[in-house]
Amino acid sequence: MPRSFDEVSVGDQLGPVTVPVARETLVAYAGASLDQNPIHQDEVFAKSVGLPDVIAHGMWTMGAAGTVVADWAGDAGRVVEYGTRFTSMVVVPSSGAELEVSGVVKSLDEAARRATVELTATSGGQKVLGRALAIVQLD
Amino acid sequence: MPVNEDFVGRAFDPVGPYAVDAAMIADFASAVGASDPVHFDADAARAAGYRDVIAPPTMAVRFDQLASRAYVQDPEAGIDYSRVVHGEQKFVHHRPITAGDELMAQTTVDSIRTAGGHAMISVRSEITAGDEPVATTTSTIVVRGGE
Repeated sequence: MPRSFDEVSVGDQLGPVTVPVARETLVAYAGASLDQNPIHQDEVFAKSVGLPDVIAHGMWTMGAAGTVVADWAGDAGRVVEYGTRFTSMVVVPSSGAELEVSGVVKSLDEAARRATVELTATSGGQKVLGRALAIVQLD
Repeated sequence: MPVNEDFVGRAFDPVGPYAVDAAMIADFASAVGASDPVHFDADAARAAGYRDVIAPPTMAVRFDQLASRAYVQDPEAGIDYSRVVHGEQKFVHHRPITAGDELMAQTTVDSIRTAGGHAMISVRSEITAGDEPVATTTSTIVVRGGE
């Protein structure tokens, strides 16, 4: 069920949610997104171009963080706008990694019954998304 | 070859149509860890008011990527893809991408800024189904300068 505008206040918290990411996750994402850049799958290649290890697609990170807003909204189709900057890499060693996602309601638009949510996503202690803002159409 | 600033304002030919089906949506949703039944269960999607299962918001990137290839792979554009970093991404959804859609996508180069040897390129893709706007994607890619 979509979340009602009337039950939302500025400052409401989302999460935190821990999203695991494995090499297999990135292979699946590469196939689903058509982004087959080997830096997201091949450790030898990634290191050969100066990266610390395989790194997640920025768009995987954005998508995974977006699920936290979608779950809060109660319907993924209610996420009407979503934007971010990519500030750091999610490094994915063969043992896997974790993405920590949380969010806060920054503002409300009563006329449109929409909420603006700011997400924070970190991995390995680094903030990986910057100015990650989603606008949610509430009921 | 530096990034060619003459491309600002250029609109590339639309690409598509691309058929969206339930398997494409389920694969993408699973890959980003989404569990909302509107991605997987047509009955749940219909109960939420949609025609069929809907895509996660960031799946629009798939069609943006197909459309923007015409630009980034144009030899005259001067983009060395091995030096490209994804700087920013934004989606505006006019309605969710839905199984059964036949989508077209058209890329326009909105701006190119050069600073400190790096080029920051803003690209927009309009995703449509027939005459209906579905999503607008905007991305900024950074082409790092050589040493």
